[in-house]
Amino acid sequence: MDPIKSRDELEMLRSTIIEQREPDRPCITICSGTGCQACKCWKVTEALIAEIEKQDAKGKVDVRTTGCHGFCERAPIVVIYPNGIFYQKVRSEDAGEIVSETVLNDRIIDRLLYADPTTGQKIVLEREVPFYKKQKRVVFGSNGLIDPTKIEDYLVIGGYSALSKVLSEMNPEQVIDDIKQSGLRGRGGAGFPTGVKWESCRKAKGNTKYVICNADEGDPGAYMDRSLLEGNPHSVIEGMIIGAYAIGSSEGYVYVRHEYPMAVKNLTMALAQAREYGLLGKDILGSGHDFDIKISRGGGAFVCGESTALMASIEGRIGEPRAKYIHAVERGLWDRPTLLNNVETWANVPLIISNGADWFSSIGTKESKGTKIFSLVGKINNTGLVEVPMGITLREIIYDIGGGVPNNKRFKAVQTGGPSGGCIPEKLLDLPVDFERLSEVGSMMGSGGMIVMDEGTCMVDVARYFLNFLREESCGKCMPCREGIKRMLEIINKISSGQGKTEDLELLEELANFVKNFSLCGLGQSAANPVLSTIRYFRDEYAAHLNHKCPAGVCKELIEYSIDEDKCNGCGLCLKNCPQNAIVGEKKKAHVIVKEKCIKCGICRESCNFDAVSVS
Amino acid sequence: MRHLSGELQFRCGERELEGEDTINLIIDGVQAKAEEGSTILEVAKSHGIDIPALCYHEDLTPYGVCRLCTVEVEERGKKRLVASCLYPVKEGIEVRTQTTEIVNGRKMLLELLLARCPNSKILQDLASKMGVEKVRFKIENDDCILCGLCVRMCKEQMKSVLIGFIGRGDSREVVTPFRESSEICRNCGVCRCICPARYLSVDDIVEEFS
Repeated sequence: MDPIKSRDELEMLRSTIIEQREPDRPCITICSGTGCQACKCWKVTEALIAEIEKQDAKGKVDVRTTGCHGFCERAPIVVIYPNGIFYQKVRSEDAGEIVSETVLNDRIIDRLLYADPTTGQKIVLEREVPFYKKQKRVVFGSNGLIDPTKIEDYLVIGGYSALSKVLSEMNPEQVIDDIKQSGLRGRGGAGFPTGVKWESCRKAKGNTKYVICNADEGDPGAYMDRSLLEGNPHSVIEGMIIGAYAIGSSEGYVYVRHEYPMAVKNLTMALAQAREYGLLGKDILGSGHDFDIKISRGGGAFVCGESTALMASIEGRIGEPRAKYIHAVERGLWDRPTLLNNVETWANVPLIISNGADWFSSIGTKESKGTKIFSLVGKINNTGLVEVPMGITLREIIYDIGGGVPNNKRFKAVQTGGPSGGCIPEKLLDLPVDFERLSEVGSMMGSGGMIVMDEGTCMVDVARYFLNFLREESCGKCMPCREGIKRMLEIINKISSGQGKTEDLELLEELANFVKNFSLCGLGQSAANPVLSTIRYFRDEYAAHLNHKCPAGVCKELIEYSIDEDKCNGCGLCLKNCPQNAIVGEKKKAHVIVKEKCIKCGICRESCNFDAVSVS
Repeated sequence: MRHLSGELQFRCGERELEGEDTINLIIDGVQAKAEEGSTILEVAKSHGIDIPALCYHEDLTPYGVCRLCTVEVEERGKKRLVASCLYPVKEGIEVRTQTTEIVNGRKMLLELLLARCPNSKILQDLASKMGVEKVRFKIENDDCILCGLCVRMCKEQMKSVLIGFIGRGDSREVVTPFRESSEICRNCGVCRCICPARYLSVDDIVEEFS
């Protein structure tokens, strides 16, 4: 196709595409995000297409594979429009019935519906599901409506209209003003005001400037940037073109992890389409503005998510951070002024331009505007990606949206902000979620990871887990981070093995504060957060470990498994499952654990149906 | 105004400065003048204020990794800790090089480094000067503090790039490419000369990897 040369041509194309589509025709959308892929959603898609053919329904229904819908716990998800009928945990065997009953005869298949766990009531429509009800999915909602590999889908929902508005009626200063007015802050972690960053980059001296999208998402358990890039790559591209116009740049990079193959694939496809349509490259939409985007794939080092390390990596050097006393907006990539924003930040930009800064700033709190996507994982009923307005409380996210903690266990803490974030205890559950409040309690927004922990989680073990992660992922360049994390881990290992003393805990705290203040980059400066926040809120648990006890029954050196004679009926299940052959006993008689052989893996406890295995 | 060019600009604190490019700042209560582009460490040195540093050398690009030269900078009422070898001076800033927080931090840093390299003379001397009395961490037996002086020296002054860093986190080390002895190494020995821990020598590398 010929490149689009003006705003009018774009709008004509948009209306032609919309006219060609029948809005009333049913459309089966199959979520094909990472979570659903893991549950073999492609088999459902294939089966649906085959069934449509078989049942002669071709032309009566469309099939669309979309990006992530967010409710990954219930994957694979199928939503049937125009009504939005929500089917969950769909298997390929269900395809025939979906076509014959729901598509052709408007009948609901009861067993595929989501049942409210508290009331047991079946819910038909997607928007009625409690998981979605309290969300405000302005950025992430489009994922479920479009096929990320088709630019036409993005155009139908109004895509690239923000870009055409910017190029035809706004000057760069007006764009920056809009972003500043909106109050948008960086979604990658630090929460720096985006508009201010854009303005500094525009004012920076130099003819060559770069625009970068940071898609190096590395927090354990976080996948919102991945899903956004996989499910709606054009929104990120559009944001970047607008940013490039605002600062006067003609070259951009998306730094994305090599471990995100689908994100790379969908983005590559989207870039090619955008170029074909004249939305990237020379003379975009006939405006005279040139801009193109290259993909730079990262090797998976966590530290490369740090902006200066990321730029070093794009340049082909070792991904190590440098001091930011001279900001990247003045001297970044190849020492040129560089504007770097996170995936989610870029995706917010077209929305702000289209709907206005006032619309955006009407959502959220005084200091934090708009919405934020969180990846809600861990000990939670509704695992998935949620987009909520800033200022919503943790309790609402965890209980109303997340459905609470499974297996009637007690909530203990929620870890926000990835490995460098902190653990927030139950007493602070009514905390409104925004940048300031989270840092006040010793955690941070980070890029939006949210790991829920229940009473079976040992907080010392959590701190140990994150320290271990950071020990491997620290680049090792500066001494406080490299040596400090190693030694913190050493001390915490000592504590969790029951050999810790009071002075070890004091040293740990002293060292943690030192690492925080003296490290070179953000990774080191926040590496002590898991330690500091767990000591702050769960000091009694550390004290218990000093007294050779692990209250949660997790730290192996401090626990012992035993079988309750009265509860054990000798079914032999634990005996069969024990990898160490450490359980003995005759059938139908109480079994016993041989302490010398036991490696405390806990498999016996998990496999017992009679709750006869206990930890002490 | 005297015209200062190139390398000389970095040593600007040594001479009387005046004119538009002059930056006024306070270091430990002393009024100091500096040319734009110089770092706090350079200005402090030229004013007779001693800031300890292990990874700094005046002929090499500052690296900012030992963090021993950390100082407190107060700018427009805001205080922050920065590496003085990298921080470019700004008009009106106030620098403090000996606050309790900094002194304690430096002590902790030396404790950590001594635990890693207990036999290093320079670390022992610094520790004794700063009053570090004991090391509370498990003692290891390394010799290299990974300051990167040898790597920068080889690259920037000898134009050779024969050694570099590999590994991440605590498995970081200085090696020759593929750990093999180099055919192009001139055995100039400058890496040995510059090593503050007096650990690395070309002979060592050749011996170790050949």
